Amino acid sequence: MSNRIDVKKTYKLFINGAFPRTESGRTYEVKSSKGSFIANPCLASRKDLKDAVVAARAAQAGWNKATAYNKGQILYRIAEMLEGRRAQFVDEIMVVTGVTKTKADKEVTDSVDRLVWYAGWSDKISSLSGALNPVAGPYYNFTIPESMGVIAAIAPETPSLLGLIDVIAPIIVGGNTVVVLASTKAPLSAMSFAEVLATSDVPAGVVNILTGKKDEIAPWMASHMDIDGLDISGLAVKSHADIRTAGAENLKRIYSFKSADPGRILAFLENKTVWHPIGL
Amino acid sequence: MEDKLSFEYAPAPESRAVVSIKPKYGHFIGGKFVAGTKHFPTINPATEETLSAIALGSKSDVDAAVKSARKAYVTTWSKMSGKERGKYLFRIARIMQERAREFAVLETLDNGKPIRESRDVDVPLAAAHFFYHAGWADKLEFAGLGTSTKPHGVAGQIIPWNFPLLMLAWKVAPALAAGNTVVLKPAETTSLTALLFAEVCQQAELPAGVVNIVTGDGSTGALIVNHPGIDKIAFTGSTEVGKIIARAVAPTKKSITLELGGKAANIVFEDAAIDEAVEGIVNGIFFNQGHVCCAGSRLLLQENVAEEVLSKLKTRMAKIRVGDPMDKNTDLGAINSHEQLLKIRELSAAGDLEGAERWSAPCELPGKGFWFAPTLFTGVTQSHRIAREEIFGPVLSVLTFRTPQEGIDKANNTPFGLSAGIWSEKGSKVLWASQQLRAGVIWANTFNKFDPTSPFGGYKESGWGREGGRHGLSAYLKGVSHE
Repeated sequence: MSNRIDVKKTYKLFINGAFPRTESGRTYEVKSSKGSFIANPCLASRKDLKDAVVAARAAQAGWNKATAYNKGQILYRIAEMLEGRRAQFVDEIMVVTGVTKTKADKEVTDSVDRLVWYAGWSDKISSLSGALNPVAGPYYNFTIPESMGVIAAIAPETPSLLGLIDVIAPIIVGGNTVVVLASTKAPLSAMSFAEVLATSDVPAGVVNILTGKKDEIAPWMASHMDIDGLDISGLAVKSHADIRTAGAENLKRIYSFKSADPGRILAFLENKTVWHPIGL
Repeated sequence: MEDKLSFEYAPAPESRAVVSIKPKYGHFIGGKFVAGTKHFPTINPATEETLSAIALGSKSDVDAAVKSARKAYVTTWSKMSGKERGKYLFRIARIMQERAREFAVLETLDNGKPIRESRDVDVPLAAAHFFYHAGWADKLEFAGLGTSTKPHGVAGQIIPWNFPLLMLAWKVAPALAAGNTVVLKPAETTSLTALLFAEVCQQAELPAGVVNIVTGDGSTGALIVNHPGIDKIAFTGSTEVGKIIARAVAPTKKSITLELGGKAANIVFEDAAIDEAVEGIVNGIFFNQGHVCCAGSRLLLQENVAEEVLSKLKTRMAKIRVGDPMDKNTDLGAINSHEQLLKIRELSAAGDLEGAERWSAPCELPGKGFWFAPTLFTGVTQSHRIAREEIFGPVLSVLTFRTPQEGIDKANNTPFGLSAGIWSEKGSKVLWASQQLRAGVIWANTFNKFDPTSPFGGYKESGWGREGGRHGLSAYLKGVSHE
């Protein structure tokens, strides 16, 4: 045993590519599975959410404009960065959840592989959902999926890293930007994942990560008029009705998912149909 | 000089002998017409003549319709092979074609739209929707949702008065092809073609209860939306009502699609073919009296061509023939209802009040019925109500822009996102603009084109989901991973 005093990390938010503390000054305590103190992460406020949405909105046009090839490479780059920091994520998952090293290791492996899987969808999803429509007239008519805009998401409590990636990756691979609330009880891997994002060529504002309480933040997300869609996979089913009701104010697209499949990507894409006459 | 060379149009009225309207109608439930209890009149908006009495659907009527739809779903429709279901839809398409003139005349009498439109657009497209979806019925495993797709069950469908038969087709055809049964409510002012469609279902020997039609007003619609026996809601109408429905459905397991309002920008760039653009602008806003959710109601003109476009547009608007919808020469028919006319007048008055400049085509309006002359407002700013709210009438708001980016920014400055128009002869600019516009349907160098193969629907507050094409079909199937 060394007598050296650890340099512990301050867990902050991730907004617009920076790591600010919550403007509210509120924190909450995260304990290890054995009950000892680990960290005081931020209890994000409504203002933090607003700031994150402003950042996500500002970043959306640029991210949407990036080529599918480029977006795919950036998602792959996230996987590369995560792979390089496996040990840290395994440790954080173990200490907070108390799972075995084998299990924590598997979650990190699955997370890296899942990112690689989503990366590959970037330049294929439009051939899955697009169409050339044979209209009865001299018109060229096609339908293509496009990004929806700013999507908010509630990540599941567990698995805290893989679950987070399963909400973030399908949203951003299609050109959306995201504001995601991390697992409340296990936010460490989310905030460390923000460090991975910050070194992966992901433009500032494309992914914004908050920590805090679902019951506080989900209704703020649902009623925010500049959020286009909402992934409530991480929210208790009993809260879904209220969230959907509040989201109707600007007709947010609100979905909850059970598995990782291309439907998750398509849910937050809009289909655009373009007509043009054919002729001399 | 020009006047001496022009010819006067002789009236060319379509005969109404082809239709026989009953003095009173009931609902169509379980394959039979059943008597209603309370009735309200349906009138010809061009003459204010009462055409018939329509039943006001009550709770027991809706209950009976849902029960009948459920029974048909469980005992017949969900057990039938897709191949056989498809054949019923093909039959319906064919009978609609056979009785096309009857449908067109009835639609024009009840709705007020010109016979030329009901005859050449509404009815042929409605039949085409059934023909297209008929072919899907036995190919659902190839619709892109996997091989284990299932219908929802009973679909409750509520449609608007602007394209009564066509909206029925957009709703009923995909629902039936996917294997659902339906309870449909036509709009209060335009029930007659839906009731004629019920006769078509009988002639096609469609199994009883697969299609049920309950007529009525918003209260009947609410009974359908809130009915626990319904699995899927499809609504076309205003964004205001769409939000009420979205909230009503939020706590339930019902699936939902919404086709709502719009405030489409029609953008004319400096390099547009101006004469073609003028035709497109007229078609964009005056088609169907402007009672079109995707109408090009905000004209955005690039500044250096604005004067030329406006001058040509006014000349063209002065030639729009307003009047008897049954006259085959008529371009602009009657406003569908007195209520809608008041709404158009109110919003136009707001345009005057807020400082925009009104110009209306010099035309004589008939003495009886509900009419509004083709109108445009210049000097409109983005904050004016006539630039933000859906007027749903023959009223065009004109704004200008200097750079292409400014044009796009103004076009996208709306909570709606249903459609948009682009006029330019430069291919790369057309594609750039179509990428930038936040709307579900982009018409480039054309406007207001529809086809059953072509998905239609909105971004943002213009709705949820698409109608038409494979995308539209998927709204009537379960099998996607999200819910």
